[in-house]
Amino acid sequence: MFEETEPEWLNEEVKTGTTILAIEFNGGVVLGSDSRVSAGASVVNRVMNKLSPLHDKIYCALSGSAADAQTIAEIVNYQLDVHSIEIGEDPQVRSAASLVKNISYKYKEELSAHLIVAGWDRRAGGQVFATLNGLLTRQPFAVGGSGSSYVYGFVDAEYRKDMCKEECQKFVINTLSLAMNRDGSSGGVAYIVTIDEQSTEEKVVLGNDLPKFFDQ
Amino acid sequence: MATAASMMPYFGQQISSKHDMVPDWTNQEVSTGTTIMAVEYDGGVVIGADSRTTTGAYIANRVTDKLTPIHDRIFCCRSGSAADTQAIADVVTYQLGFHSIELDEPPLVETAANLFKASCYRYREELTAGILVAGWDRRRAGQVYCVPIGGMLVRQPVAVGGSGSTYIYGFMDSNYKPGMTKDQCLDLTAQALSLAMERDGSSGGVVRLASISEEGVERRVILGNQLPKLSTQHTHTHTHTHTHTHTHTHKHCSVFWSTLF
Repeated sequence: MFEETEPEWLNEEVKTGTTILAIEFNGGVVLGSDSRVSAGASVVNRVMNKLSPLHDKIYCALSGSAADAQTIAEIVNYQLDVHSIEIGEDPQVRSAASLVKNISYKYKEELSAHLIVAGWDRRAGGQVFATLNGLLTRQPFAVGGSGSSYVYGFVDAEYRKDMCKEECQKFVINTLSLAMNRDGSSGGVAYIVTIDEQSTEEKVVLGNDLPKFFDQ
Repeated sequence: MATAASMMPYFGQQISSKHDMVPDWTNQEVSTGTTIMAVEYDGGVVIGADSRTTTGAYIANRVTDKLTPIHDRIFCCRSGSAADTQAIADVVTYQLGFHSIELDEPPLVETAANLFKASCYRYREELTAGILVAGWDRRRAGQVYCVPIGGMLVRQPVAVGGSGSTYIYGFMDSNYKPGMTKDQCLDLTAQALSLAMERDGSSGGVVRLASISEEGVERRVILGNQLPKLSTQHTHTHTHTHTHTHTHTHKHCSVFWSTLF
């Protein structure tokens, strides 16, 4: 008589094994992410939006443990609200990134999440910050998540300085599509957020609208 | 698989051990943590590899040749354990040479690939070897076969392997198109290897390329400073100026090639 064991994924940690990236252009930033949340071999959410608002013009992209990343984003959202009331104006992107970094660094042994912070402020325009493992560094673009390994070569080859907004959006969609094709933990649809002085625009690109490559 | 391949992350770093007197790398296995690539084109194949062999963090050989001839028009690209891949390549070279004499004909690339697969699959528990077999034969012209760790065999128009290969899957997917010419394949391979060498600590050195066709094998080397530049590289703020006061009759050329039969 065989005992039926329960599926493994009930005991697996829920991860957003993922692909996220953010790139700055003159006047703003574009953030992108896939939409897959996996627990072991099971996809527990195929339409999750991993681009989380920290403020009107500051977003962060979540990767790693879903619980850790969401909690960090919520805490920083609250801290940033308080901070912006205290200073009486919109917060800087660097401030948001610092708040994320402070949590990531202080609890680096307990947490396993990497957030990329990107946004627009009046002082320095579009900015992208990486906060991996508790560091804080500003970069022209940043990629993260399990799917990012497969596209380091692509972004290194294709990135050029001074791309315009539409070129950046295309760059993000192409990169996400390539990573989603190769990484088992990335997939679903692509979410894009474009932030500039005028507006914050959220967009979804469905599976069949993503660019196709030679073997598809 | 503990310390078998340098493509695995290095766990369990210790503050001190009884072997503090000698460097860590004297106890590590020699690995070709590496980037290798092979592309088919109409009339032949182009293969490429970096040139770094590591024992732990020490680079044991910075000018390794990972493109190994198995027969006149068949090469293999080696990744994984240096010892394992050299041993397998030697065995297959012998087996293929014998088979070719029996047949009284140049051997098929598929035959060479199957010989690699047979060894890699039978001894899969003991070996760490990821191999690309590529070459030209009269029946099917240019072919690339992938024999990854575990001993699978599959033919692909373009294949990458080694620890650095993860970083260039996206680049390869977006830039490879069916029906490319030999020179386009050479450029694609050189650029892909440069990108991987930039990101992977276990890949580096020079880029070795070879093109195999009915005419023969052409090998070339691209030295470090001649590699394609990336827009993300920082430009150096100081420049060296050389003035040669003595005359040279032959031009200094850092890309050199020879034809082998």
